[in-house]
Amino acid sequence: MSELIFEKSRGGRRAFAQAPADAGDTNIPQQLLREDRPRLPEASELQVVRHYTRLSQKNFSIDTQFYPLGSCTMKYNPRVCNTLALLPEFAGRHPLGPVSHGQGFMSCMWELQQMLKDVTGMRGVSLTPMAGAQGELAGVAMIKAYHDARGDTHRTEIIVPDAAHGTNPATATMCGCTVKEIPTGKDGDVDMAALETVLGPNTAGIMLTNPSTLGVFERHIKDIADRVHEAGGLLYYDGANLNAILGKVRPGDMDFDVIHMNLHKTFSTPHGGGGPGSGAVGVNKRLLPFLPVPMVKKTQVDGETLFDWATEDDFPQTIGRLSGFMGNAGVLLRAYVYMRLVGRDGMERIAEYATLNANYLMVRLREAGFELAYPERRASHEFIVTLKHEARDYHLTAMDLAKALLDRNFHAPTTYFPLLVPECLLIEPTETESKETLDNFVAAMVAIATAAKEEGVEYKEAPYTMPVRRLDDVRAARELDLRYDG
Amino acid sequence: MPFIPHTEKDTREMLDAIGADSIEDLFDEIPAELRIDHLQHIPDALSEMEIVRLMRERASLDGTPLSFIGAGAYEHHIPAVVWDIATRGEYYSAYTPYQAEASQGTLQTIYEYQTMITALTGLDVSNASLYDGASGLAEAALMAVRANRKVKSRRILLAPGVNPVYEKVAHAITGGQGLGFEWLPRDAATGNIAFDALPEGREPVAVAIQQPTFHGTLEDVDRLTDWAHAQGAFVIGIANPMSLALLKAPGHWGEEGVEIACGEGQPLGIPLSSGGPYFGYMTCKQKHVRQMPGRIVGRTVDLDGKPGFTLTLQAREQHIRRTKATSNICTNQGLMVTAATIYMSLLGHDGIARVARLSHANTTRLVDGLCALDGVERLYDAPYFHEVALRLDRPVAPVLEALDAQGILAGYDLSEYAGTDALLVCATETKTVADIDACIAAFGEAMR
Repeated sequence: MSELIFEKSRGGRRAFAQAPADAGDTNIPQQLLREDRPRLPEASELQVVRHYTRLSQKNFSIDTQFYPLGSCTMKYNPRVCNTLALLPEFAGRHPLGPVSHGQGFMSCMWELQQMLKDVTGMRGVSLTPMAGAQGELAGVAMIKAYHDARGDTHRTEIIVPDAAHGTNPATATMCGCTVKEIPTGKDGDVDMAALETVLGPNTAGIMLTNPSTLGVFERHIKDIADRVHEAGGLLYYDGANLNAILGKVRPGDMDFDVIHMNLHKTFSTPHGGGGPGSGAVGVNKRLLPFLPVPMVKKTQVDGETLFDWATEDDFPQTIGRLSGFMGNAGVLLRAYVYMRLVGRDGMERIAEYATLNANYLMVRLREAGFELAYPERRASHEFIVTLKHEARDYHLTAMDLAKALLDRNFHAPTTYFPLLVPECLLIEPTETESKETLDNFVAAMVAIATAAKEEGVEYKEAPYTMPVRRLDDVRAARELDLRYDG
Repeated sequence: MPFIPHTEKDTREMLDAIGADSIEDLFDEIPAELRIDHLQHIPDALSEMEIVRLMRERASLDGTPLSFIGAGAYEHHIPAVVWDIATRGEYYSAYTPYQAEASQGTLQTIYEYQTMITALTGLDVSNASLYDGASGLAEAALMAVRANRKVKSRRILLAPGVNPVYEKVAHAITGGQGLGFEWLPRDAATGNIAFDALPEGREPVAVAIQQPTFHGTLEDVDRLTDWAHAQGAFVIGIANPMSLALLKAPGHWGEEGVEIACGEGQPLGIPLSSGGPYFGYMTCKQKHVRQMPGRIVGRTVDLDGKPGFTLTLQAREQHIRRTKATSNICTNQGLMVTAATIYMSLLGHDGIARVARLSHANTTRLVDGLCALDGVERLYDAPYFHEVALRLDRPVAPVLEALDAQGILAGYDLSEYAGTDALLVCATETKTVADIDACIAAFGEAMR
């Protein structure tokens, strides 16, 4: 651990260029003022720069390492997207400023809505959800609102496959629904017989990711859609894996009623060490009235195009507002720039090379002796390796391999998710990685496993070369130390 | 074009290894009838040079007007250091720190943030952030329902100073779980709570109090907090963190302090950027930490006994608890918190207090100048921080349009919420005396 910024702090030290002139006492009554002095750092500008620069260097990141975190789509975040989103006019625009000072920003947002409709095959898009999980909340709330508007208030059951992201069942609960979990078939597709047993008059809908979190395309999707619709339910598409199918097949054409997109995955806005994300939602015709507001609409005033806000007045049945203004606008601008850079043909190429990289890596790892969870299937843009034999025979668990990879300067794949595959690694290389990087990753995986198998090397204490070694999570939770009190 | 490194030779070798003839073969599990040929409405790709030109043209349409709008998002000077460091690739392009050993930078930064925001709010523990201030109220309300087990109702009472958009957002997010929000009465003269009209026996699970209020006034938060506690309610304190350099911390309101504080973190170094990305902060008393939503970072030790940081109390979260999680939140606003931590480190308490005092002084100058004009007066008789509601003797929109024509955004039209012709103005430390005087002069012209 580096010294904390508080430990570098010295009473009376300042970053002099940053504090404005002292305006003296206020006219605020004394009893409303604070008497204590909140303990914030007292440091020079250079100290702050050096401290946080050094801290940043303790992170793995896409810009410095291969980061094959399955289901997270850790691809290159083009620098220009950030540069342009921070142009002074965009960065300084107040969210409640008049549309007269917003036509540039709003035209980008309107075009982004149009482009997202096209890549998903949906009829309407709202950009306001601030993360994938909030997009899910919007989606399930719209499904509920649709049923309620038809008088079907008893439709409160949401079907979720056991491979789903944890956000799916958590979201359904937040929307006041109950969750019906269904198992996955041996081939990785939904178990159709199990689906039939949970469909019924109380079905509100089903939440699916396609390609699924198992890294395979759900081949029965049309059949599933027909059966769910016949039962009166709607289909929710979790867009976590949209990168795999851009320009090839669209959720709207698979008969999904509502979807969310993770712009921080598919459209390469930064993950930022855990946000900000952006979870735009798209809907088909029957859910249009329920979209969250505000959106951007294109109007004509005196023969001139004017972009304006679409609000509750335009969408009286809306599920409402999900953010103080219109969501993570600056993230949306970055996604807009990215989509314009990639263009129409580029969208397809993203899916093609993400899929090529995943299948190549999968085949190379299989040939090197790793067991695949679904060996008979094509990989989508990700796939699963299971270490159940290595764990049993050589004490090499998914956790051990993940930590050993860190010592070889690779970020670990997603581990222990999906929950139904034992000792699993979910690996997503993305389209922006080169063949050499993939080959080097295979070599590292092989070296780790070979040492375990042939030399009895164990990695229970790995990593060794990181800023810290394995951390005591049990102690972290038992002896809570959540702030510096020194 | 997309950012793809493959040469033709790479592609051929990779397909050979897979045993496929073409990339198209890799999509053979997708039913043919679902496939599309081409996207229709995506424009052709632009080069970086072309997109730079396009975006500069778009940006010029928005301009850089002189703005006196606040109403929940505030223009402050952001030191160059803040985003220079926050957009280093190691922060910008990292993900949620699941692999703690490879994420100590982000984790220590969040731990330092948790320390700073608990100091400002006067509470014990903080999470790693929520999406924004508005959705923060929704999460705080849900948390109060979980944690305040003595009260069975799902009724949240809102002081009249709570941002009305926050109520809309909280309703939209929590309505599915049956939470209800009711407004407490407003005193017409002060704009603050009407203490003599407070309802008894409503059994609220929580009372939310905003300080400074949406209308810029300062409430008697001590008395209101004590009243809420006497009702058996939790208190959710909503505060602008910038104001907390001067104002009493929510953790010290009344006899016992609030149970939960939350609010909009944007004033701490985050650009206005049309409303986001911002971040919501949330802090609470130690005993409620297991009911908190979102990520939390803890300090622990590694195998060598060296201190280090990790995500902790994950048993509350969706990826472990699924249907029983405290929230569905996972990704939050990590990069914004990084920026805010750098901002707070650079300014320190003295720096933030100076920003706060200068914003207060500038707003005083603006309000005094405007109220010297015919047809302009203060709407409420109450103390304020850096924002004040004014009553005009005529409709607000035409006045704002006249000023807009001169490149001045004079404030936020409050008429819808105030029930009268009213304007909310704010002059932060970014405004010079000349800026303020120019606004007053132009306002005088527009009111003539």
